[in-house]
Amino acid sequence: MNLNFVIKTPSRRVFEVINYIILGCFGIICLLPVLHCIWASVSDPTLMAQHSGIILYPLFDDAHPITWYGYKMVFGNNSLLMGYANTIFYCAVGGAFSTIVCTMGGFVLSRKGLILKKYIMILITITMFFNGGMIPTYMVIKGLHMLDTRWVMIIPMAVNVMSLVIIRTAIQGMPDSLEESARLDGAGNFVILFRIVIPLVKATVAVLALQYILMKWNSYFEAMIYLQTRALYPLQVILKEILTESDSSSLTYDPELAKYSDLVEYCTIVVAILPIFCFYPFILKYFTKGMMVGSLKG
Amino acid sequence: MRLLELKRDWRMNKGLYLLIIPVVIYLIIFNYVPMAGIVLGFERFTPKNGVFMSEWVGLKHFVTFFSSVFFIRVLKNTLILSLYSIIFGFPAPILFALLLNELDNEYYKKVIQVVSYMPNFISTVVISGIIIDFVASDGVITDLLVGIGFLREAKNLLSVPEYFRSIMVLTDLWQQVGFGSILFLAALTGIDQELYEAAVIDGANRWKQTMHVTIPGIMPTVVIMLIMRIGGLMNANQEKILLLYNPLIYETSDVIGTFVYRKGLLEADYGYSTAVGLFNSAVNVILLFIANGVSRKYSETSLF
Repeated sequence: MNLNFVIKTPSRRVFEVINYIILGCFGIICLLPVLHCIWASVSDPTLMAQHSGIILYPLFDDAHPITWYGYKMVFGNNSLLMGYANTIFYCAVGGAFSTIVCTMGGFVLSRKGLILKKYIMILITITMFFNGGMIPTYMVIKGLHMLDTRWVMIIPMAVNVMSLVIIRTAIQGMPDSLEESARLDGAGNFVILFRIVIPLVKATVAVLALQYILMKWNSYFEAMIYLQTRALYPLQVILKEILTESDSSSLTYDPELAKYSDLVEYCTIVVAILPIFCFYPFILKYFTKGMMVGSLKG
Repeated sequence: MRLLELKRDWRMNKGLYLLIIPVVIYLIIFNYVPMAGIVLGFERFTPKNGVFMSEWVGLKHFVTFFSSVFFIRVLKNTLILSLYSIIFGFPAPILFALLLNELDNEYYKKVIQVVSYMPNFISTVVISGIIIDFVASDGVITDLLVGIGFLREAKNLLSVPEYFRSIMVLTDLWQQVGFGSILFLAALTGIDQELYEAAVIDGANRWKQTMHVTIPGIMPTVVIMLIMRIGGLMNANQEKILLLYNPLIYETSDVIGTFVYRKGLLEADYGYSTAVGLFNSAVNVILLFIANGVSRKYSETSLF
């Protein structure tokens, strides 16, 4: 709000100070748990066990130096590396597939004068509010023989109504003249879409791809219900085993290793969120944009 | 006549329609066929006869569910968790957006935004891992609660039924308040600046500007979001619950979604669990229409 010409009253100043403090505290609360995990992942397990409360720096002293043991265990864990590889595959292939399908669909929905478009839009809107539920969807995927294949991680969640709306809105905002001149030069729909439209809305296409990739990177539920073969598991399912079922893992049976189980968990958390946080500042802009466009038309 | 028009439209724009065919096929296979699959809820499913040929049992599964001891438990848990999450989780991002909007220092604002949006990008599995670690008997939060005298002795908070709802709601707040505020911030920037100038000329202070310009300005967005939220009232965050709950605390943590998952996918009782899921969706749809209708009547804002 650019109303700097308003003279600040004393009560306004008090409010501003309190506001800065409240928001600052909230920011710190958002950050602290993550920082705790990062510091704990290199802290000495013995010191960690003695310490209580959140830690603001890595715990170590002369007798107990900073440890990289947890990371060694994590990167020596073949399941985790395999999960990483699988997730990267699902994100890349699924992201490409989903982005292409949604962009093509959104392009058609942005055209004027199509009679069938109205019915297709109804078909799409209904799916926002009704669905068959967990079991019927499972049965369909079972019927398609997709259970326990890589396809199940790529195809069933590919089309998202929000994505269609976002890309449609972006294409509608383009000037018509470029397309008209291309059409006069004899360009077909395919050429117009891939040579003219997509280059112009590539930022929005990036939004779709990123949203899909993040969704795939973070989802575990589909993988948990549709996949049985360990070799196909994405990262999140492996993380689930390590983080939420650690008491039954082989680690705790060996008392010498048991004290490292917390350390390994912290390292796993860091390894799981670090890739996202490295890209996060760069991709945040796109997510914010996607949310806003989606909300205007949703 | 109409048919002729459609035919001409199809002939002229065939090339264009081809591009949307993948989307249509996808919707039919993964959305509409499962919708037809709700007939499972009225059948005694046998693999031999398949989804559409199994023996018809009518409302038997529904009667079984409504008369079972689980019905009250899962319905109560689902509703209480959802209501808590609406009461605390819905106004919080709005308040956060309003407070952010009052910051004059753009740099400070950016930092707060970047930091507070961050938890939204952490996966449910990792969040649950962190929660499990923090509320374990030697966890950070347990230590804190013992320290301030809220707890008499350290214990795993996820083994106490009374604490489960607080854990769910507070951690959801932590994760979603920041990112959830984006929509409202967008609505705030959409407010006409001239309205503020007019208010200032009329002698309105910042508080009055907020009450009479800002809040009415974002009201349509708020109402739409509330309708959507009410339409999903019966969807407690089952993916997170599945990761956090255990039989010790089923009494407060078992919701319809998790019940369907256990009955359907773990015990393979397809017919029964489809019926329970259908009941859930039906209540959601009814709530959505009621919320939308009420809103259309009283606030002139509606989803459809």
